[in-house]
Amino acid sequence: MLSFILRRLASAVPTLFIVVTISFFLMRFAPGGPFNLERPLPPATMENIMRTYQLDQPLWRQYLTYIGNAVQGDFGPSYIYKDNTVAELIGKGLPYSIELGFYALLLALIGGVTLGTIAALRQNSVLDFSIMTLATMGTTIPNFVVGPVLTLIFAILLALLPAGGWGDGSFSFLLLPMIALALPQLAVFARLTRGSMIEALHADHIRTARAYGLPARIVVITHAMRGAMLPVVSYLAPCAAALMTGSAVVETIFTIPGVGRYFVLGALNRDYTLVMGTVVLIAIFVIVFNLLVDLLYGLLDPRVRHD
Amino acid sequence: MTDIATDPASTPPQSTSRSLFQLAAIRFRRNKAAMGGCVMLVLIALFSYLGPLFVPHSYDQVFSSYVTVAPSLEPRPDEASLEGAMQGVATRARVNLDAFEVTGQIFSATISAEDPIDPRTTRYFDRANEFDDTKVVATEKDGRVLKVEGNVSREYFLFGTDPNGRDLLARVMLGGQISIAVGVLASLVSLGIGVLYGATAGYLGGRVDNVMMRFVEILYSLPFVFLVVVLVVFFGRSFILIFLVIGAVEWLDMARIVRGQTLALKRREFVGAAQALGLSDWQIIRRHIIPNTIGPVIVFVTVVVPKVILLESFLSFLGLGVQAPLTSWGALISEGANNIQSAPWLLIFPSIFFVATLFSLNFIGDGLRDALDPKDR
Amino acid sequence: MTDQKDTILSIRDLKVNFTTPDGTVNAVKGIGFDVRAGETLAVVGESGSGKSQTMMGIMGLLAGNGTVTGSAAYRGKELVGLRNNELNKIRGAKITMIFQEPMTSLDPLYTIGRQIAEPIVYHRGGSRKAARSRVLELLELVGIPDPARRIDSYPHELSGGQRQRVMIAMALANEPDVLIADEPTTALDVTVQAQILKLLRSLQERFGMAIVLITHDLGIVRHFAERVVVMRRGEVVEQGATSQIFEAPTSAYTRMLIDAEPQGRKQPPAENAPIILEGRDVTVDFPIGRGLFSKGPKSFRAVDGVTVKLRQGQTIGIVGESGSGKSTLGRALLRLLHSDGHYRFDKTDISGFDRRQMRSLRKEMQLVFQDPFGSLSPRQTVGEIITEGLLVHEPSLNKADRDRRAIAALTEVGLDPQARNRYPHEFSGGQRQRIAIARAMILKPRVVILDEPTSALDRSVQGQVIDLLRKLQSDHNLSYVFISHDLAVVRAIADHVIVMNNGKIVEEGDTDAIFDAPKADYTRALIGAAFSI
Repeated sequence: MLSFILRRLASAVPTLFIVVTISFFLMRFAPGGPFNLERPLPPATMENIMRTYQLDQPLWRQYLTYIGNAVQGDFGPSYIYKDNTVAELIGKGLPYSIELGFYALLLALIGGVTLGTIAALRQNSVLDFSIMTLATMGTTIPNFVVGPVLTLIFAILLALLPAGGWGDGSFSFLLLPMIALALPQLAVFARLTRGSMIEALHADHIRTARAYGLPARIVVITHAMRGAMLPVVSYLAPCAAALMTGSAVVETIFTIPGVGRYFVLGALNRDYTLVMGTVVLIAIFVIVFNLLVDLLYGLLDPRVRHD
Repeated sequence: MTDIATDPASTPPQSTSRSLFQLAAIRFRRNKAAMGGCVMLVLIALFSYLGPLFVPHSYDQVFSSYVTVAPSLEPRPDEASLEGAMQGVATRARVNLDAFEVTGQIFSATISAEDPIDPRTTRYFDRANEFDDTKVVATEKDGRVLKVEGNVSREYFLFGTDPNGRDLLARVMLGGQISIAVGVLASLVSLGIGVLYGATAGYLGGRVDNVMMRFVEILYSLPFVFLVVVLVVFFGRSFILIFLVIGAVEWLDMARIVRGQTLALKRREFVGAAQALGLSDWQIIRRHIIPNTIGPVIVFVTVVVPKVILLESFLSFLGLGVQAPLTSWGALISEGANNIQSAPWLLIFPSIFFVATLFSLNFIGDGLRDALDPKDR
Repeated sequence: MTDQKDTILSIRDLKVNFTTPDGTVNAVKGIGFDVRAGETLAVVGESGSGKSQTMMGIMGLLAGNGTVTGSAAYRGKELVGLRNNELNKIRGAKITMIFQEPMTSLDPLYTIGRQIAEPIVYHRGGSRKAARSRVLELLELVGIPDPARRIDSYPHELSGGQRQRVMIAMALANEPDVLIADEPTTALDVTVQAQILKLLRSLQERFGMAIVLITHDLGIVRHFAERVVVMRRGEVVEQGATSQIFEAPTSAYTRMLIDAEPQGRKQPPAENAPIILEGRDVTVDFPIGRGLFSKGPKSFRAVDGVTVKLRQGQTIGIVGESGSGKSTLGRALLRLLHSDGHYRFDKTDISGFDRRQMRSLRKEMQLVFQDPFGSLSPRQTVGEIITEGLLVHEPSLNKADRDRRAIAALTEVGLDPQARNRYPHEFSGGQRQRIAIARAMILKPRVVILDEPTSALDRSVQGQVIDLLRKLQSDHNLSYVFISHDLAVVRAIADHVIVMNNGKIVEEGDTDAIFDAPKADYTRALIGAAFSI
């Protein structure tokens, strides 16, 4: 078990390295730079800035410097938020994104699995059809539509909830962005659960359980559900990583100070270091969640044991 | 499958012979939701691509007098405001307006004055934006009462207009053209790369497969949407680039699916039989592997198209989509979301078409999956 | 019907229907029979006879689109139409069931101990802990070695035979009146089959439950059942005592089933017949996928130094259980996979031939597979399938020539030439196997390797395919390598037999010598299991 974890973490190092390398050169070979403003700076100032940020060095040296610093946890200063290092910016925003993402994940998982199971048990009924129609809507209506609509209804027309911001961090501020964030994923979980549950209910060992007179509750919950959860668990990793590293759309609509906005802001402003920082952050989240999910998978399925 | 003791030379009972594709087509046609989706999709495509021929306004035509007007089946300006405009004209011409009525694109008015009216007064009418080609059709009471007729220039804005005074109907049609085109072209790009990559990795197998799939895994841990954002920001925002970029990041799933299919097919006995017959690798790929991967690939394409359309709309929301005055459904929806309180129609109309398209694609995809599912044989 | 025992399960006018998009399928068409206390009743039929669906219908286990009507009374209590929670008091307690596929019938996510305990706890109450001692007892009873350790095993850690024993333990847990065994040994190797049947018989003697044995295998029925119900196409053809059914069957269908045991013997070719295909010291290693850091052997030796000499006109039967390496040997002889050893075809040494060099020889050496469903590409017409080889080997032929050859080949294998415009899914298993044979024969090969060509077919169809293969052999002076686990078929078709186990030859010799006087213990066990259950 421990050796499995260590092996996986070791194999994550080259992955991270390649991700960083690709992103670094991709960005640098693109036209434009962080200080190419609409009104060009005086050459002397420009030179000064370039020297300060070591952008006048050859590319390979910049790359080596970056890697060297990054290994020590130093991701450099942000070019746009001049008073902050990238690590500070991410450190400030991340807790908001994680908290919001965690609740959204919880809502998506519980809601999606429940709805999907109900739909599977009542396959081809009106209920099934309604749930799947809702799920299709969840995946097709973009969250930049859901967000404003929720705000309009609950914050403006009914005036029940705040329209945005983090406030004191109480649940009322979290509710709307959480729903907007969770809805598409909830729909995915519902579809996934329904599909795998229907398959699980047709398995031979379910027939065995029924042939031995086990009540429907036990057949469904202990036998069908556990098997049906395996694909759901697999999807958990990319989903959790996506939700907890923040969503640019939802954070913008609900003015939440998370890290999601940095992806877009950094890219738009060619803030190399900020972009790299967020790339590394997302890659780490993906890797860590994949590892956690694989461990969870091992707990659920005795055929997959990591030893 | 009972051919117990029956004449082994007997042929199956059906009179017509059907291939699996034909059988799948029959099953698909029986699926009402999927067929409904097909019809809907065709209608939306016709609306987007042929619709502009029937709409007099172009997508970038600005009507400065009609900014953010609500959708209406009635032409603009409506009769009340036309009458107001006519009243204004009458006042300027120093005549009284006795009767005014509009039928279609033609108005008729009765004007009167104390003294006989100079027929040249009609010039006052033509001077107004709303009226032209005014003629006197009848003269009564020695010229003290004139009946005039002329054309009214009225505009239909069935979907209303946007804050720049552009016809939303024309813009939704244009948005449809671009969104559908991006969806289809990006899917084709991802299909091309994915099928080629997946089939190569799967068929060659061994070390080549290992290296190729390892590369895919690494790309998976690159943040996806973000990669698109970076590429679009750094390399510009042309239409071609947008679908190329989206296609280039969406091929990974396709490659995995095709590889899995190829690996499974390689183990099938009919491929073994083809090897035993002495067919070359290329003949086996062409005659046996590719025809058998088509089913899942088609199904997956119906999943990719809506994904791509969503991704494009996401880019538009961030202001990274196609550049104005061009537009896409995503861009229109994001504009609409910003004006949700003052002009909800800006959100509603593009959303209806967008959601209807994605719904149709979903139903078609489900229908195809059911129709092509080998378990159902 | 000498001793009249009490009837405990009485089936009358039972019908099972399935609604499909293509209309209603009547799987069982109003059948009736009785199960008496303590007896062994065999329900016999070929695939599609409705024998399994009858039992599934009674037990409320039909697929969602299936409905059951009529009557099935257990000790006077009507089971058809009974509510699930009422039915649950009977199934698993009074009537229990074991299934064909021991690989998938157990939940892979729970230990076998827990799965056996579940029906005990549910039907008898008490805690799972209390049930554990009962489970241990049961595992001991069904002959699972070291039950105290095995009780916490997961199904994938057990062999197929052990899993079927676990299923039996589960079935016995509540001491049922009736045990329904649905093809309980079909998926198992022949030696394991015999053990399982022996176990069932001894348990029946001890507990006195009735056993309803659903099977297609008349060999098992003859040795195991007291009474027989013969089913065909959803109807009961005949029922009666086993001896009566076998000695004086009243229906022609039953007679045909009994006679379908492959008959006849193959005469060996002349002593001086030339050797047409030879493989000396054939060895095949399969690489084992290994993790970066794991230890262990790099490869697995599937075939270990086997020598085969096939004479013109000869049929060599290669027998062995699953995993013995017999199929791998067949492919190695055709040079279809990487292998070591020396190979000779006719007078040519083909040891060092690569794929391109082999291509011209492929015409002479053909292969027919086991699974007639998987070996035909579902997207091609039968005509395209059988003429595919001609594209490679006789490219000068035009379309009309190929069509003429296809008609000739189909006629030769006993199919209507019209079949060439149809698709494989429109044919039955036996017909598909004829198509696969036509695909090989159209090239006019000299050697055909037949890999379990009859194993996926019903007995009656098997006989027809064997007759066809014999006819083709004598018409074209073919040489066969016939790979099979089915000893009865091998005895009928081969004149020389090779017995394989774990990649090595255990014994070889003339067919009569092997079957009448086997020397090796393994061969004796194999033959004993197959012919005297």
